[in-house]
Amino acid sequence: MVLQSAWFFLWGLLWAIFFMTDGFDFGIGTLYPFLGKSERDKNMMIHSMGPLWDGNEVWLITAGGVTFAAFPLFYAIMFSSLYSALMLILFALILRGVSFEFRNKVESPAWKKVWDACIFVGSFLPALLFGVAFANIFEGVPIDQDGIFQGNLFTLLNPYGLLGGVLFVCLFLLHGALWLTVRADGDLAQRTESLSGKLWPVLTGVVVVFLVASYIFTPLYNNYLANPVLFLVPAIAVAAIVGIKYFLMQKAFFKAWLASSATIVSCIFFGVIGLYPNLFPSSIDAKYSLTAFNASSSPLTLKIMIIVVLLFVPVVLAYQIWAYKLFSGKVTDDDLAHEEMY
Amino acid sequence: MDVVMLSRLQFAAATMFHFLFVPLTLGLSVLVAYMETRYVQTGDETYLRMTKFWGKLFLINFALGVVTGITLEFQFGTNWSRYAVYMGDIFGALLAIEATVAFFLESTFIGIWIFGWNKLSKKAHATVMWLVAGAGNVSAVWILLANGWMQHPVGFTIRNGRAELTDFLAVVTNKFGLLEIAHMIPSAFTLAAFFVMGISAWHLLKKQHVDLFTRSFNIGLVVGLVSSLIVAITGDMHAVHVTQTQPAKLAAMESHWETQPRAPIVMFAVPDEKNERNKIEIGRLPGALSFLGHHDFNAVVTGLKDIPRDERPPVLPTFVSFRVMVALGTLFPLLTIIGWFLRKRLVESRWYLWAMLFSIPLPYLAIELGWVLAEVGRQPWIVYGLLKTADAASPIAASQVMTSLVGFILVYGLLGLVGFYLITNIAKKGPKPATENA
Ligand code: HDD
Ligand code: HEM
Ligand code: HEM
Repeated sequence: MVLQSAWFFLWGLLWAIFFMTDGFDFGIGTLYPFLGKSERDKNMMIHSMGPLWDGNEVWLITAGGVTFAAFPLFYAIMFSSLYSALMLILFALILRGVSFEFRNKVESPAWKKVWDACIFVGSFLPALLFGVAFANIFEGVPIDQDGIFQGNLFTLLNPYGLLGGVLFVCLFLLHGALWLTVRADGDLAQRTESLSGKLWPVLTGVVVVFLVASYIFTPLYNNYLANPVLFLVPAIAVAAIVGIKYFLMQKAFFKAWLASSATIVSCIFFGVIGLYPNLFPSSIDAKYSLTAFNASSSPLTLKIMIIVVLLFVPVVLAYQIWAYKLFSGKVTDDDLAHEEMY
Repeated sequence: MDVVMLSRLQFAAATMFHFLFVPLTLGLSVLVAYMETRYVQTGDETYLRMTKFWGKLFLINFALGVVTGITLEFQFGTNWSRYAVYMGDIFGALLAIEATVAFFLESTFIGIWIFGWNKLSKKAHATVMWLVAGAGNVSAVWILLANGWMQHPVGFTIRNGRAELTDFLAVVTNKFGLLEIAHMIPSAFTLAAFFVMGISAWHLLKKQHVDLFTRSFNIGLVVGLVSSLIVAITGDMHAVHVTQTQPAKLAAMESHWETQPRAPIVMFAVPDEKNERNKIEIGRLPGALSFLGHHDFNAVVTGLKDIPRDERPPVLPTFVSFRVMVALGTLFPLLTIIGWFLRKRLVESRWYLWAMLFSIPLPYLAIELGWVLAEVGRQPWIVYGLLKTADAASPIAASQVMTSLVGFILVYGLLGLVGFYLITNIAKKGPKPATENA
């Protein structure tokens, strides 16, 4: 029981870290065609996330792998149910990943245009679809007693699902704009700063709508009503959003970015706590829902995996924080010139 | 086509494509790290130019390896959901460990390596490449243990209708997996060595950057010589173990129908699966198969006829892939031994340089065929003796898999073309001239 519950929250944490880290890459990639006016802007945008995106993406691989190891039944049913959506995400991520590497390898405007388009699609589509997928999990998915999904890609595109998609896109856009404000210079930094100011009210509005819609469409609030202390988590989300604005006004952009990270993590945890102990609630009948208790692997596997995770994740965090420190200053022309590899 | 067949095609396409890039990553990362270390030790600019030239090729290949790997991890859920439920307890754990222990290290530090030239000391920068190289090889260890478990499951019990882990130590010391590691990692080094030697040969033929490419060639030569010998030795050990653990695969590898002592190896044959015999047989070596499988000329080797028809793997692909792999496995040490004697006068040995240039694709062929042998030869089982492939697929619509399969073929086809174009282009262009980098 304790082990399975611990895993439930670890599972949520890994996804939250993935969205917190790769989230700004998705945001920057989505803004890329709109903000990247000159070749230097574009290179600066790519450079701002270039050293970090690959390490960020591994949080997805780990979140996926841990889902498999800790909750195999959930892994199997979730990914086969969300087959088409997941395939779209994976193809999009493929295009994004190779674009960074390929774009500057051939000096031809047409060549660069192709990869520029791939950067946009490969960032926007996953942002949207991850949001849609998580919102659908929050509201329940039509799976029957055999765990077979009674729907298709369009079942997922219901109003609340789409709202989740919009929420994720907004979260990541602001997150990305803030990161760019930290790392870019000159005109580009000014534009991202003013864009952040404009995105902030939009995000705030979407978050409020989402919190209200969650009350109408999902059972997420049941856990909160049963245990009002938990309202602390959405309260932190709100405080973090206010924090973004506060630090923006102070022109403390890195702190604003940290506040945005806190916003993302607390938004995910708002959902994860509301979900507990369900992992994949069935909208057909609650009996068919997958929970942390009926979908987990054996106690031995859970124990071995928790040791692995508790041992290695702190190490990973340590060297990733080091990497972030190394690459959190302004990108200089010297950096851009040193780019014979990328 | 049904979901099972489509999923098999998709999985085979996706893994085999992933595996066009993985072995070069494993081997070349170590070679690049070595070159950079030589630069740090000697301060010789040629080593720096070497590091950057091979590093650039490495990175393109690496990017393709990374993006194609991600789809694999999720396909166990999307396409093989019943497999995932049955095996998740063990198999999922190995995959998750691989990501936490190896992928993070590899992916975080590769970013630091690419962007950190002017941010780290020379020594630290070279160390970063060693971390990348080490992590890549550690990831191979875990994924091969996962595959080894599918080939020969150990350390589990069947409970609640699925395999549950009982002995983690047995899983990580599974001899099948350890042999795969001992065979696969040197084969990746062989591939990387031939890649380096082949491209160096091209430039040496054109007599450009002679110093740089002679040194590159010699590094490749030493690595290629040692690793191709290890590949042949561990390959033989592997075959012995297959005989003991997967008699059906061995019989198919050799197109061996009758159970008999002093079993022969047939050099060339045309298997006839319907009539349970070989249509044509040329070059029978009596007792050789008994010797290969048991290291005893008189041992009894099970033939396909004694294995139920529905538990036999497809004979032809298994048989052919083994033959060709072994032929190539004999060729590689020969080529590198010849190179050893010519190493002092490479530029004059033009025929040898041509031969090495055209040998670049051969290790790729051998490696892919090795996997065809391992995976097709395991059929009809997805986990040997426990779960059949036919019972492992997801209960989803065939049309969905058809769509994604077409997607894979299109996207991977394009990526393959672009990757090939970029790699050949950059390889041909060669390193920067000596003055620019000083
Ligand atoms: C450069 C590539 C290469 C070369 C030259 C060889 N192999 Fe190999 N072989 C592989 C690359 C490979 C591989 C792709 O890496 C495989 C697939 C599974 C594995 O672990 O390694 C493999 C599998 C594999 C298997 C099947 C294992 C299984 O069922 O899982 C056997 C019996 C051998 N090899 C034996 C040999 C022998 C006797 C060779 C003769 C010299 C040889 N290999 C050369
Ligand atoms: C990268 C090297 C590998 C290659 C090239 C490869 C190749 C293949 C091929 C050709 C098949 C299709 C067999 C058939 O349909 O008859 C297959 C199936 C499969 N392999 Fe591998 N494989 C590799 C490594 C692995 C590893 C490391 C794993 C496990 C982690 C794995 C798991 C599977 C599974 C689940 C199937 C699907 C079921 C089946 O058709 O057998 N493979 N692989
Ligand atoms: C023998 C078979 C395999 C070996 C040795 C291997 C090794 C590697 C290596 C070294 C990388 C780093 C990138 C690169 O190589 O270019 C990589 C990437 C990856 N592989 Fe494989 N792989 C194998 C098969 C598989 C399979 C079957 C899966 C699915 C579970 C898989 C999942 C991944 C993932 C998710 C990545 C991306 C990691 C990243 O972003 O750094 N691999 N693999």
